[in-house]
Amino acid sequence: MTITEIGASRLRKEDQRLITGRTRYTDNMVLPGMLHIALVRSPFAHARITAINVDEAKRAPGVIMVLTGKDVADEQGGIPSAWPVTPDQKAPPYLPIAVEHVAYAGEIVACVIGRTAAAARDALELIDVDYDDLPPVLDLEEAMTDTVLSHPDLGTNLSATWIFDSAAAGTGTDVAQALASSEVVIERTYYQQRLIPAFMEPRSTVVDPTGEQLTMWSATQVPHILKLMISLALSIPESKVRVVAPDVGGGFGGKLAVTAEEFITLLAARRTGKPCKYTETRTESLMGAHHGRAQVQRIRLSATKEGIVTGLDVNLLADMGAYLGVITSGIPILGAFMYNGIYKFPAYRFECNNLFTNKAPTGAYRGAGRPEATFAIERAMDDLAAELDMDPVELRRKNWIKHEEFPFTTVAGLEYDSGNYEAATDKALKEFGYDELRAEQKLRRQSGDRVQLGIGVSTYTEMCGLAPSRVLGSLDYAAGGWEHAQVRVLPTGAIEVVTGISPHGQGHETSFSQIVADRLGVPFDNVEVLHGDTQVAQRGLDTYGSRSLVVGGMAVVAAADKVIEKAKTVAAHLLEASRDDIEFTAGAFGVKGTDQSMTLGEIAFAVFSAHNMPDGFEPSLDSDATFDPVNFNFPHGTHLCAMEVDTETGAVTLRKYVCVDDIGNVINPLLVDGQIHGGLVQGISQALFEEAVYDESGTLVTGSFVDYLVPSAADLPMFTTDRTVTPALTNTLGVKGVGEAGTIASTPAIVNGVLDAVRHLGVDDILMPCTPSRVWNALRDAAQGGGRHRSPDPSSTKPDLDPAGGN
Amino acid sequence: MVQTTITVTVDGTSYTDQVEPRMLLVQYLRETLGKTGTLIGCDTSNCGACTVHLDGVSVKSCTMFAVQADGHEVTTIEGIAGADGLHPMQTAFHENHALQCGFCTPGMIMASIDLLRENPNPDEQMIRDGLEGNLCRCTGYQNIVKAVRSAAETEAAKVELGATIPVGQPS
Ligand code: FES
Ligand code: FES
Repeated sequence: MTITEIGASRLRKEDQRLITGRTRYTDNMVLPGMLHIALVRSPFAHARITAINVDEAKRAPGVIMVLTGKDVADEQGGIPSAWPVTPDQKAPPYLPIAVEHVAYAGEIVACVIGRTAAAARDALELIDVDYDDLPPVLDLEEAMTDTVLSHPDLGTNLSATWIFDSAAAGTGTDVAQALASSEVVIERTYYQQRLIPAFMEPRSTVVDPTGEQLTMWSATQVPHILKLMISLALSIPESKVRVVAPDVGGGFGGKLAVTAEEFITLLAARRTGKPCKYTETRTESLMGAHHGRAQVQRIRLSATKEGIVTGLDVNLLADMGAYLGVITSGIPILGAFMYNGIYKFPAYRFECNNLFTNKAPTGAYRGAGRPEATFAIERAMDDLAAELDMDPVELRRKNWIKHEEFPFTTVAGLEYDSGNYEAATDKALKEFGYDELRAEQKLRRQSGDRVQLGIGVSTYTEMCGLAPSRVLGSLDYAAGGWEHAQVRVLPTGAIEVVTGISPHGQGHETSFSQIVADRLGVPFDNVEVLHGDTQVAQRGLDTYGSRSLVVGGMAVVAAADKVIEKAKTVAAHLLEASRDDIEFTAGAFGVKGTDQSMTLGEIAFAVFSAHNMPDGFEPSLDSDATFDPVNFNFPHGTHLCAMEVDTETGAVTLRKYVCVDDIGNVINPLLVDGQIHGGLVQGISQALFEEAVYDESGTLVTGSFVDYLVPSAADLPMFTTDRTVTPALTNTLGVKGVGEAGTIASTPAIVNGVLDAVRHLGVDDILMPCTPSRVWNALRDAAQGGGRHRSPDPSSTKPDLDPAGGN
Repeated sequence: MVQTTITVTVDGTSYTDQVEPRMLLVQYLRETLGKTGTLIGCDTSNCGACTVHLDGVSVKSCTMFAVQADGHEVTTIEGIAGADGLHPMQTAFHENHALQCGFCTPGMIMASIDLLRENPNPDEQMIRDGLEGNLCRCTGYQNIVKAVRSAAETEAAKVELGATIPVGQPS
């Protein structure tokens, strides 16, 4: 072994099949006699279904069966919510196929099963649905008033109100008092626009009902959760369901779901007795797969004149959309613990109102609650710095937890184990050239340059590695947060690692191989990582919340350590030595003080043949482990960007982006950089490009990639990514999560940068995405009226068609 | 539905098939020929996941009907590797970690090969502009740009050395 696996930029094992087209995405699957599904979706945001006529569709060539909600009413169950955030949480039934009432445009009302996908799709037009239009609720502030109801039967739009108060929790003082007695209070409302995860692989599901088990292949992040939910919701014995997530083309939280389409494909397969496939079109994906963010954030931040924050009050309106998916209701609550960011605030109160609207359901999207929280506090810190005429980095320095103060229990009640905000920030400032850019900014302001320069600052921390099961329990989530692994030593010495996580682009086949190669001292190429099939990986809780390495990886370590312990017993026996004298190094078990030793492979074969085992030894080295973290881990970092704003056109250019992240020890720097790059772009894209826009009747205007602006290579620059290393103390690898970091930090950094460029011109707020037309309008309004620019509620905004903007 | 007979050479093999006139080239590749290496990511010709080469030039195979490929030569991601392993662009994507979930990758590689055919020595901005029609949600594009740049440099180095390693599709 010449290579140190931990920290090596190993090229990915996954790549070979992906670069040669030998892939197994769900839609690639073909099974004998397979039938195809197409779905009728409601064009209305809110309506009663008065009649459905499917006769003509049933007679169409190539159509095998047509199913309406009524046809399957007794067997379709409902999409479960696994997160009753309060005991009295309200939720309408979430039926896979609507029966009488539709609550968002895109909701499924009928299913056609055809011999070919084309035949099924052709028949959609032959289905006649009569709707009685109902007024839709599209705006969160209006939803809160209950004047129009998204679900009349529910009697209210309010699903739940969830409150955290540091005074009540004993983690801090009273916020009302802090606000009342402080020298400076800033009050802001920020809008988190609706986003669409927009994974590149449309969702697809194949169900094979032949044989003893139902087998479902699905483009999902969560095969284990899906299997359990299918069993519970459809009353199928858990042992009769197998779920496979084959190659999955991205998720970002968008495939952390239990979907109507999966249930329908299963029902269709059961009804027809044939394998059935459903693959959504991009249009269906954009309107029907869950959306993310969508919150109104009312923030009050109080401080002394010197800039020491004294209190933070957060009041949220969170858009659930029309229904609660499996974790919809918990997303804003995940943010509750992060509004205090990296700071030492003495008083904090958080209140969240979860509201139903007649839009697509929301759910996890990269960061899930934490980007929203970070955005609000980092925007507010900049606004406070502006109010106090203080450098924004200086203000943060005055308030953050100093590295010698760890472990630190925050006002939100979390214990941050480690961190070094000074080191990350100093490194970032230096690499960015902060002082030079501030000097350039000053010059441009003085000269009244048409192109103004803004410097965007954001720090962040996040709670990663979902999650300590006890904590999830205290938040009323139905499941735990452990992860499972098995390490098997085959007779040839090859190693199979089975993990309950379910990667879909992250590269765990590579990074977990590195961990095991390091631990067992075997070649990287001798390790195979198996995952994503509930029959192969029997136990698991899948991939989301930056948990795979920090929870799943730790389970792998624990299982590998058990293998070593077992092998030591065998080695002692075969080498006729005392077990205490067996030393394990670099893949070999040696007897202390002798040159006698056996490799793991030799021991594995001896165990396989089992001819000569110690008395009572069970002839197997294979080991299982389940790891339940004791705490979250808390990556952090400082992100800086230079934004140029053309004050005549409103055009915004990202000139430079530098981030220094601290994710503890790094297994594979190549993979880590890739996660940061991709995360950055999703966050930047929220700041500058993306928004799911509905018109006043509740139709999704951004229903295709023509209108929903996923950025291309041409829209982006190169990023400078760097690291500091402060190992996590809550796991023995010293690792922290990295999947969401880039997204969390970059959105506020960019918006702060845009505002910093134009704040001196009287603009102190611009809605996201900060399109040229919005920037231009803000500048014009400020020039005309002066004073603070308040943008309209985003739910009433139209796509930007302003020629001055030219998005 | 009326069917039309077409003959198309795909990845070096000639196929004659009856197809519906409305069948898209990408459907023909995936459904009729089982060339599932080529993927579908959208229904508006925006994503580029379906990019293949038609007579050596990149096209989005969801923008063409199969009948329009009659008499032409199509190369997919499954047909670019030379006898000795991978196409240099495939190697460059691997070595630069230019893919994560891999869904955009076949199209991205096919578009990148064509980009270098048109301009063997593009700078960063030219690469970014040249790949504008191919969306990736995972990588943030940084490593894709690096991969294309490194493939260009590798080829340039070979030319300088006077090497005659064949590049591009097998003829
Ligand atoms: S499938 Fe998206 S461009 Fe062809
Ligand atoms: S690698 Fe996932 S979309 Fe590009």
